[in-house]
Amino acid sequence: MILDGKAPTGPIETSWDRHRFDMKLVNPSNKRKYKILVVGTGLAGGAAAASLGELGYNVEAFCYQDSPRRAHSIGAQGGINAAKNYPSDGDSIYRLFYDTVKGGDFRSREADVWRLAQVSNNIIDQCVAQGVPFARDYAGYLDNRSFGGAQVSRTFYARGQTGQQLLLGAYSALSRQIKNGSVKMFARREMLDLVVVDGVAKGITCRNLLTGEIESYWGDAVILASGGYVNVFYLSTNAMGSSVTAIWKATKKGAYMANPCYTQIHPTCIPVHGTHQSKLTLMSESLRNDGRIWVPKDAANCEKHPNDIPDEDRDYYLERKYPSFGNLAPRDISSRSAKEACDDGRGVGDGKRGVYLDFAAAIKRVGQKTIEERYGNLFEMYEKITDENGYERPMRIYPAPHYNMGGLWVDYECQSNIPGLFVLGEANFSVHGANRLGASALMQGLADGYFVIPYTIAPYLASLKNPGAVKEDHPEFKKSAEEVEAQMDRLLSIKGKKTVMDIHRELGHVMWENVGMARSKESLEEALKRIPEIRDEFWNNVNVPGESKSINQQLENAWRLADFLEFAEMMTYDALNREESCGGHFRVEHQTDEGEAMRDDENFTYVAAWEFKGVGNKPELHKEPLKFENIKLAVRSYK
Amino acid sequence: MNLTLHVWRQKGPQDKGKLVTYPAPNVDSDMSFLEMLDEINDELIRKGEDPIAFDHDCREGICGMCSQVVNGRPHGHQERTTVCQLHMRQFNDGDEIFVEPWRAKAFPIQKDLIVDRSSMDVIMQAGGYVSCHTGGVPDGNTFPIPKKVADYAMDAAECIGCGACIAACPNSSAMLFTSAKVAQLAALPQGKPEARKRVQAMTKALLDEGFGNCTNHYECEAACPKGISVKFIAKLNREYLKSMIPSSTAEPV
Ligand SMILES: Cc1cc2nc3c(=O)[nH]c(=O)nc-3n(C[C@H](O)[C@H](O)[C@H](O)COP(=O)(O)OP(=O)(O)OC[C@H]3O[C@@H](n4cnc5c(N)ncnc54)[C@H](O)[C@@H]3O)c2cc1C
Ligand code: SF4
Ligand code: FES
Repeated sequence: MILDGKAPTGPIETSWDRHRFDMKLVNPSNKRKYKILVVGTGLAGGAAAASLGELGYNVEAFCYQDSPRRAHSIGAQGGINAAKNYPSDGDSIYRLFYDTVKGGDFRSREADVWRLAQVSNNIIDQCVAQGVPFARDYAGYLDNRSFGGAQVSRTFYARGQTGQQLLLGAYSALSRQIKNGSVKMFARREMLDLVVVDGVAKGITCRNLLTGEIESYWGDAVILASGGYVNVFYLSTNAMGSSVTAIWKATKKGAYMANPCYTQIHPTCIPVHGTHQSKLTLMSESLRNDGRIWVPKDAANCEKHPNDIPDEDRDYYLERKYPSFGNLAPRDISSRSAKEACDDGRGVGDGKRGVYLDFAAAIKRVGQKTIEERYGNLFEMYEKITDENGYERPMRIYPAPHYNMGGLWVDYECQSNIPGLFVLGEANFSVHGANRLGASALMQGLADGYFVIPYTIAPYLASLKNPGAVKEDHPEFKKSAEEVEAQMDRLLSIKGKKTVMDIHRELGHVMWENVGMARSKESLEEALKRIPEIRDEFWNNVNVPGESKSINQQLENAWRLADFLEFAEMMTYDALNREESCGGHFRVEHQTDEGEAMRDDENFTYVAAWEFKGVGNKPELHKEPLKFENIKLAVRSYK
Repeated sequence: MNLTLHVWRQKGPQDKGKLVTYPAPNVDSDMSFLEMLDEINDELIRKGEDPIAFDHDCREGICGMCSQVVNGRPHGHQERTTVCQLHMRQFNDGDEIFVEPWRAKAFPIQKDLIVDRSSMDVIMQAGGYVSCHTGGVPDGNTFPIPKKVADYAMDAAECIGCGACIAACPNSSAMLFTSAKVAQLAALPQGKPEARKRVQAMTKALLDEGFGNCTNHYECEAACPKGISVKFIAKLNREYLKSMIPSSTAEPV
């Protein structure tokens, strides 16, 4: 099937304004007749729930943590982009649009990206009004920095805790609506199924994580804002509870999964040590503004103390290969180069999977005090984890799974192919193409939540003849609850020999080695062989202790892993299908002589949207062709 | 290293609960405290026993979900560190370690080390916000805010809402937590119009939820993983006094 994203046509500059005018509105006095469910209260879901509640809709919001303030968005450090052009350095909405389309390696929808760039400025205003303490200069104006290789300074930040401050802003707006009674908050609930009635999304089934009860909730529309899925790699920078579950359950009910193979591996993470590690820690890539990345030229020197290796024996490989961007080369390129250096036997530290990030030159240039002011908290964090002092010897870093550009397929109005199901934030696939630029995920989450969904949900709701007609007493709710109960019972009855953690580690290993930074036909086929084996082992040999009607964290981990074990296969099929290299997706068969990614625009300028066809079966591919009418397809070069 | 753990085990909110001893052999000093517990849990599961339940999510010291009293101190003895960022190299071979949940009247224990902290959300809902609408706000640079003020607001805003301050306080007072939000918003021009109402509403909510009064023990500041300063409590008190002056005579804000 050929999918239509329903993006507005005509001049891009007016596309969102025209579309906004064309959309139906819901009469203010009618809004309270509609109930909207919002799954997830991170930046995207929190902002959406607060804004929709304020407009007068009845909103019920859900998160698995004990409070909406703890969503994984809280961990974002670096900053948020906007096209304010406060520093007058040449930025504009058009430039942010251009950079995002190009940065995404021409695999996103132009109109969606334009809208994002346009509303980016509103986000900053909104957050300032909420009291978000962005960094300011001595005159009291908002400060900007350049981030992730952008050639303009368009990143707003709040110390090293931008995500935290933005999330607390959204949480405060949400708290106000909870107090007003327009939003009902259900914390410690995990959505375990989407309820679809006659092809339309009408509700969700949740587990109450405290009591273990299976609960049904009806809604006239369901919004999923459940975040990212890179915990499919086991070790990642995501929070421990981040999972694919919400969007995977929707996929199993017929929603299409778009570009699941587009994952971002972040270059500046603390390397893995030992075998007991539970997660990886990211250090803001702002470090690359002052740190120089290198490995020894000669593998024989890898064991030496880095300070004993003279400059001429070091390979500053990013500066060498990308003289104009150097250490600020985009994420996908930096990550891949680090892997290459280590594959070449020149890695450092534990298992020789690390490269140096060296501040000696910067300290010499501006003094340790300035470096401390800029990155003090990151050096502190590094020392807590590694017991090494980054001022005295170079830090060690290695790439780690961090973000997914893929997600549920949505049209321009953020609606999936299941009517009534909307998807926001990292959970959808929309704007980042094959590679996301730094500081653009926070921007997307808040754009979707504050400034897109409040408009785009209206035409759907206005089209409903009978809001509230389908409630929890509908047989589909009962059926869904019974299925979820049965799955819990099944998981608890296996009582095998392996723990959930054992099997998640195995899956992670297979995914990282075969569907990670460099993918080939062989490695992907190997993964397609291994994943069903691990899945079988899980369903026959996992040991989930305890019972279902109380707090049971092992059971929670078990169903999340069960979903990863199914999703991993779809992700691998996508990677196998995409016979080109683009952004975060690198197929070793498709590279230039110099090892750069090679796109195939003729055959792959499309969104791959996959339809679930049963566990273990090959999913069906649907395509949404992408048109580039404003920005000319070009080779992304950072030389 | 080899350690001995004494961990609070409690099946549910109604159960009595008790400390149970577990050996922790071959602990790697590079592990985090929670990774050490993961290993113990894996062992318990293999033996068919119920693993220890504890809250956690980001494991980076920012979400505020983890909440354990280690050897009598919320988040353990390392300064300015959440328990998820506490590493085993902070302990010595042969150590005995006591692990307990947050204890406070307003934090009922749910299971083992998991407590219910929803009363902290209720305090925020009482007034921890600026009542601006989505959209319809001025350009972000309309009102310059002196860097000093912005930095002060940011110092307060760093609170991760973990509740260690409350667990550390002999009165289970939530003053440090509440004052951080009051001070952040009262310092900024955006927060001033509602400053009186906010401090009154949040202080009332704090008492209604069963948190105690502040009698200046300052255990909160010592336990806080984010170094939130007790100077914000003084700020709250000033704001509270200010809010008691009838508005006609109140100094213009
Ligand atoms: C360490 C780190 C640093 C980052 N730094 C930056 C940065 O500097 N700039 C930037 O732009 N981006 C950054 N990112 C990316 C960015 O933080 C995320 O992409 C973004 O915050 C995602 O927001 P979200 O609202 O989509 O999802 P999340 O914040 O992940 O929220 C997901 C929500 O869904 C809920 N949920 C999930 N599943 C279920 C379920 N089944 N049932 C019920 N509820 C569920 C959760 O409880 C949560 O409330 C960073 C990411 C990481 C990991
Ligand atoms: S003030 Fe400190 S201890 Fe208290 S909730 Fe905030 S971060 Fe935790
Ligand atoms: S787990 Fe998030 S702060 Fe400890």
